[in-house]
Amino acid sequence: MIRSHVLVCGGTGCTSSGSQAILAKLEEELKLKGLEEEIKLVQTGCFGLCALGPIMIVYPEGTFYSQVTPEDVPEIVEEHLLKGRLVDRLVYNDTGDAKKDDVAPSLNDTTFYKKQKRVALRNCGVINPENIDEYIAMNGYFALAKVLGEMTPDDVIKVINDSGLRGRGGGGFPTGRKWSFAKASVSDKKYVVCNADEGDPGAFMDRSVLEGDPHALIEAMAIAAYAIGSDEGWVYVRAEYPIAVRRLQIAIEQAREYGLLGENIFGSGFNFDLHIRLGAGAFVCGEETALLTSIEGNRGEPRTRPPFPAVKGLWGKPTIVNNVETYANIAQIILNGAEWFSSMGTETSKGTKVFALGGKITNTGLVEIPMGTTLREVVEEIGGGVPNGKKFKAAQTGGPSGGCIPASLIDTPIDYDNLIKIGSMMGSGGLIVMDEDSCMVDIAKFFLEFTVDESCGKCAPCRIGTVRLLEILNKITDGNGEMEDLDKLEELANYIKSASLCGLGQTAPNPVISTLRYFRDEYIAHIVDKKCPAGVCKKLLSYEIVADKCKGCTLCSRVCPANAITGKVKEAHVIDKTKCVKCGACIEKCKFGAIIKK
Amino acid sequence: MKSIEELKAIKAKMADKVAVRNTTGDTRIVVGMATCGIAAGARPVLNAFVEGVTAAGLADTVAVTQTGCIGICQYEPVVEVYTKDQEKVTYVKMTPDRAKEVIEKHIKGGEVVAEYTIGAAKI
Repeated sequence: MIRSHVLVCGGTGCTSSGSQAILAKLEEELKLKGLEEEIKLVQTGCFGLCALGPIMIVYPEGTFYSQVTPEDVPEIVEEHLLKGRLVDRLVYNDTGDAKKDDVAPSLNDTTFYKKQKRVALRNCGVINPENIDEYIAMNGYFALAKVLGEMTPDDVIKVINDSGLRGRGGGGFPTGRKWSFAKASVSDKKYVVCNADEGDPGAFMDRSVLEGDPHALIEAMAIAAYAIGSDEGWVYVRAEYPIAVRRLQIAIEQAREYGLLGENIFGSGFNFDLHIRLGAGAFVCGEETALLTSIEGNRGEPRTRPPFPAVKGLWGKPTIVNNVETYANIAQIILNGAEWFSSMGTETSKGTKVFALGGKITNTGLVEIPMGTTLREVVEEIGGGVPNGKKFKAAQTGGPSGGCIPASLIDTPIDYDNLIKIGSMMGSGGLIVMDEDSCMVDIAKFFLEFTVDESCGKCAPCRIGTVRLLEILNKITDGNGEMEDLDKLEELANYIKSASLCGLGQTAPNPVISTLRYFRDEYIAHIVDKKCPAGVCKKLLSYEIVADKCKGCTLCSRVCPANAITGKVKEAHVIDKTKCVKCGACIEKCKFGAIIKK
Repeated sequence: MKSIEELKAIKAKMADKVAVRNTTGDTRIVVGMATCGIAAGARPVLNAFVEGVTAAGLADTVAVTQTGCIGICQYEPVVEVYTKDQEKVTYVKMTPDRAKEVIEKHIKGGEVVAEYTIGAAKI
């Protein structure tokens, strides 16, 4: 008789911090203590708090342990599972409240989870993604049964339309409308495609859904297929996501075995099957026309739209392309109704959005919040604020296609339209936090370097324009910038935006435009004063030793890799600026704070 | 899968197996499982509670958990029952049979089984 479940995160984050070793050790210890009949081990998807992985949660108490090591496992088994005493030092508690009656605070009371609302991630960290029965236990495939048994394709599209669901992959196009276009297209064959080619640096929302709840995707794609009149689907997923791919494969096989994929599903006469196509890691393949070209076996390059995929898509047939997170909402909308979904969020953006929090933030990880939550709530409350007492400077949303939100706009409610208004975009949901040590020119350069690398080269504005943009940025960070470069940047950025073939080029200049808009003074400091205010751009920095503070301990001269520091013992040392490579090794070693960078 | 009934059957079969992860914990049955408790036979008592709660279909609201030693080792196995609106009830010298009785009368019926409580024991 099972009395307790131990859930261990098997997402990519926790797997890389060692959760597999913990599972193995747990199994061993449970056997040793003769508890294997009483305690069930479950490997789940992502809990979201990746910064504190590996994560383990013990039910029925709901005790949340973080940063567990294999060495902690015998203690957890002996103390908690055998004797029922919490291992306090491992319990995650950010509420500041002491535990009551020997019960750790419930997960939903912690600051990290309190303001979250999990719809797309509802099963991540709750079920075993490799077991279809657990998905069914959480009402899995009941939405598909409802659709096939009680609803017409038009009913389905109406519900999705009424819910106000918009594409979670970047553009924010209304999902119901996309489906209705594909349904209206007349063809002997139609396709349903899932875009799981998550390419933004630092974004891992889709990966977590695939790893934690793959059946949610399968069910939603079957519903979409029924709605538009298709019988075949493709999931385009990055080959760099091995765990996600494996779990999806297992899920597809289990669904086929149960007859939830295949012919005559639920005896309704509806047929649907699903294939996986692995992407080779080109960022441009996240653009829908390039993605379809890649599925067809050709080089992943975009083409002009119209015709839109809903009219002419995969192999020339009407096709819908939706993102993983978009699909992850579908079954819940069908089961709970359009009104339930549209009751969450803002006027034009309904429901919730998953964000991958990264950068200079305490709780790196995955969060799902109702649309309209302010950036301040996300950064300061859920994210736990900026670490090391530094000040929040800006957040970048939308990855290389998005823009930055400066500290002055931190109270902006996050939704599609607000973000566009302030010069950023929702994008797929990467949210990178920057503090006072981040140089905004350098950030713009970072994202532009990425798009220069990833530009497919088909159209000239993107292929050539982004390189020229980057050259100007490099000139500025090298200290050779002139004021007229700022005008050139803006002019060129606008040309690239308006003339590029696909979304990649059309959005590539956004990081430059938005940093210019909010941090123009930093650009000017680089150009006029030849200084990098954040102290990042190496060519504009110089290191100096303050003679009064230097004790002549010689430590700095010994760590300097370029032999640029000279001086006698117990006398002030000097840095030879022509030799200095600005690596910062001396600053780290100096115990007297005698070395400064300017 | 030919009908929604098949799907419902799987869900029903699984309900007991995942309920422990969703329990509201409105009622908590806490079994003392320190060395003294285990030596006095707390493990069969714990198992009897788990089985009884699951069999009664109450796993979604009643959480059966463990705790350490509360200091009255001579009265182990000690079981504490926390319900929403009642004061904590402490049962002493529990056995699997007594556990079944507590589930029937107290957990299901809301009536404390006074004769097994610490108040009835001669201290």
